[in-house]
Amino acid sequence: MLPADIKREVLIKDEEPTDPRYGCPPDKRSVEELLNSGIINLDKPPGPTSHEIVAWVKRILNIENAGHGGTLEPLWAGRS
Amino acid sequence: MRLHGDISEDKLEKVINEFIGPIYQRPPLRSSVKRVVRIKRVYYIRILEIQGRDVLLRVGCEAGTYMRKLCHDIGEVLGVGAHMKELRRTRVGPFREDETLVTLYDVVDAYKFWIEEKDEKWIRKVILPMERGVEHLPKVVIRDSAVDAICNGATLAIPGILRLESGIKKGDLVAIMTQKGELVALGEALMASEDMYKKDRGLAVKPVRVIMKRGTYPPLWKRRKSMEYKFFRK
Repeated sequence: MLPADIKREVLIKDEEPTDPRYGCPPDKRSVEELLNSGIINLDKPPGPTSHEIVAWVKRILNIENAGHGGTLEPLWAGRS
Repeated sequence: MRLHGDISEDKLEKVINEFIGPIYQRPPLRSSVKRVVRIKRVYYIRILEIQGRDVLLRVGCEAGTYMRKLCHDIGEVLGVGAHMKELRRTRVGPFREDETLVTLYDVVDAYKFWIEEKDEKWIRKVILPMERGVEHLPKVVIRDSAVDAICNGATLAIPGILRLESGIKKGDLVAIMTQKGELVALGEALMASEDMYKKDRGLAVKPVRVIMKRGTYPPLWKRRKSMEYKFFRK
């Protein structure tokens, strides 16, 4: 229904193995790394501003950097 | 939306359909954007429920479309006037009202579970890997050897691409990914999917925002063997 919902096909040009010695699949990341770079899909309560919510989240999660963006207030937890 | 007069369902539907597609909007007085007339796209409007003068609508639209103004303008065209009574945003990009949507209470609880009980399960439900933020974007997956170059801002050339999604047009925002599923950078497509697929040389994607830290992958774009060796030594 939205432009982002169009079905896409995968076009394969080449295949090669990826070296397991570097990089890390997102689901294997540590919680610390998630706190550094993750996203929270937060249902923002009415009343406080998004800015205040960000301050609360930084306090709750004990992180230095967080931001907010867009509607539904998905929240970037930044580098801490 | 609350109508200020009584309108037949037919007339309502007819007028609402006029607002589907590109529309003009000037942001209201209370807004954080510059108040110029802009064109915004409304992808769909569905009437979910009508109760007297209250109309429940679901609107799919471009970011930055003011619902308040939309309701006001629909009221103007109907002749009786209308205003937005309540608003709930149910989706933006890849994020919607599903298990990922959490409250501040959930955040507090999840954090406590992790810190006090060493249980990671909850915090991992609350904090999503950043790659979830680009699920709605078309992906271009690249070779390990190309990753660090992109992290340094290099434009992605065709030989670096392993696979890509169809439907990319020149100028589109795309996500450059590693084979392990990590987000390397957000980029602008310099050619369409068909060209990226068919050609074997040329510049494909220009990084617009590099996400992955330099050095996550070895700089194999420099002289091969010695670089890889140095990378693992540190």
